[in-house]
Amino acid sequence: MKNKKNYFPFGYILPAFIIVLAFRLIPIILSFIISFFKWTIHGPEKFIGFENYIKLFQDAGFWQSLINTFYLVIFVVPITLILSLFFANLLNRTKKLSGLFRTTYFIPTVTSLVAISIVWKLIFSPQSGIMNHIIGFFGIHGLDWLSEPRGIFTLIFGAMGINIPKFLGGPSLALFAIIIVSIWRSLGYNTIIYLAGLQNIPEVYYEAAEIDGASKWKQFFKITVPLISPTTFYVLIMTTITTFQVFSQVYLMTGPPIGGPLGTTKVIVYYIFETGFGETQNLSYASAIALVLFIIILTLTMLQKRLEKKVQY
Amino acid sequence: MFKHYLGKGVQYFMLILCGLIMVTPFIWMLSTSLKSQTAINKGSVGFIPIEFVNYYVHDGKKELCEIVMEKEDEGITVVNIYDEDGKTFRQSYVEAPSESITSSKRIKFNWNNYVEAFTRVPFGRYFLNTVFVSFCVLIGVLITSSLAAYAFARMQFKGRDFIFYLFISMMMVPQPIYLIPSYFLLTKLGWINTYQALIVPWIANIFSIFLLRQQFKTIPQDLFDAAVIDGCSQFEILWRIVIPVSKPILVTTAIFSLIGSWNSFMWPLVMTSSDHLRVLQVGLSYFAQEASSSTALLMSASTFSIAPLLILFLFAQKQIISSFVTSGLKG
Repeated sequence: MKNKKNYFPFGYILPAFIIVLAFRLIPIILSFIISFFKWTIHGPEKFIGFENYIKLFQDAGFWQSLINTFYLVIFVVPITLILSLFFANLLNRTKKLSGLFRTTYFIPTVTSLVAISIVWKLIFSPQSGIMNHIIGFFGIHGLDWLSEPRGIFTLIFGAMGINIPKFLGGPSLALFAIIIVSIWRSLGYNTIIYLAGLQNIPEVYYEAAEIDGASKWKQFFKITVPLISPTTFYVLIMTTITTFQVFSQVYLMTGPPIGGPLGTTKVIVYYIFETGFGETQNLSYASAIALVLFIIILTLTMLQKRLEKKVQY
Repeated sequence: MFKHYLGKGVQYFMLILCGLIMVTPFIWMLSTSLKSQTAINKGSVGFIPIEFVNYYVHDGKKELCEIVMEKEDEGITVVNIYDEDGKTFRQSYVEAPSESITSSKRIKFNWNNYVEAFTRVPFGRYFLNTVFVSFCVLIGVLITSSLAAYAFARMQFKGRDFIFYLFISMMMVPQPIYLIPSYFLLTKLGWINTYQALIVPWIANIFSIFLLRQQFKTIPQDLFDAAVIDGCSQFEILWRIVIPVSKPILVTTAIFSLIGSWNSFMWPLVMTSSDHLRVLQVGLSYFAQEASSSTALLMSASTFSIAPLLILFLFAQKQIISSFVTSGLKG
């Protein structure tokens, strides 16, 4: 009996274990090894040590893709966070139609990024898109969304007649279009997650605050924000991880050449893709970039986890 | 009181505005997919597929026509006359007085775009590929995850926790990290451009194992004790007791698996290159590059690729949304 108990369990895990071992664990370890070799599709050629990593530091394309990705994260994550908390709050106070709103907000979450990107590319098109017609109502005309390499701050200040230095230009308008799509796509899911978090806050806290005469704003900042912080950290971490991996939007919305105009939308995952599977097929260099991405994501996740521990209520 | 209603009004206004922003791209996609390419090229961006058509009005009749040539000095317009469906040709090169030609708007749904998109590219094949891959992955995930989750939740053995946490730690690793070595390994296996490459690596899903394990742990011990006394084997316990009482979470797992496979893009893009293995998303992305100027067809293809999952979502939206919420809170 005892023997049976100790022997059989592994049989249950085995199918999953083999797959995870072969298609996750081994590839992850291999990715590390590949980055230290000159490695082609036929296998290792020679050990090159840190050569790829040294090359990274001098590679302007890598730095540009890193900066583009950071722009994406810096815009998408906070805006998504604030907007989704805002709409979750509105939904939480709504009874009529709340099911309908939830469904509509959620639609982008379940639709494929490929189709979404194709549609938004057309929406931003200056000839046949609808975006320029919409912003036309606000007096903005003739934006060349996806082929505009100038930074959004350059454009905004430029319209006011102020020239600002190039490094303050911010993400290009094309990248900003991708930012808009990414926010639009992640808003619904995070709103629903926030809503679930809000519904877990006991009503009595608000009733007590009401009796004490606290205003709605005060209730929001003193009760909602602190008590919702576990959800906030979940949303923060998940959105950061997802945004670092944006690929489809860039692959389908920009170009030709993809990543344009002037490489201002080339994000890091696209750069990995291009290096590994494009003309160069440089698997080992692509692996090195992928590992750097992994380290960045891991560090940020751990920082956020540590912050979470500090502000726990 | 007035302030209260004003507040409610603003609240609903914001919610509706946000709802509109969420669905407008889809409605616009659908309406663009029904426009004629000529109308799009002429700058028709509205939501209703409107076409400008010319009519030749004579003898109390109004006939659809196409202008061939205008002889301005003679005041004559040469037209081809069509039947009302706009396709059947009736008469060519009719010389009509210019003043009898009227131009008007009409709403026309070009369902033909869908037919044309399907003749340009084998979307039917892509659709079947996607269905086949999604189905195999779904079955695989349900089997491997139930088995593994049961062992993790209910069995004692050496290294159990170590293996479990090893799994969990790999859940956090983003796909771009293992994409390149996987490509190398699959090449060595000779799996590039095969269905195996799209299915086998995905039939074990760590997140599903995690979700199911959490659920299996909540099943009362009494149930197991009773089953053991009745002489059930471990597998019978899993099959006859655990699975039936865990249906909701299995449905959640199935939903995630389906959505994941249906929308998966980067993996099949890298692992397949031959046309007959393309899944819907990859086929759509190639079509977007090849037919970038045929916007109407492109929108038809996009609508088609979204539709199955969207219909599933609209039917099971409560279940799907709550699946996302529970998994979000547990994960």
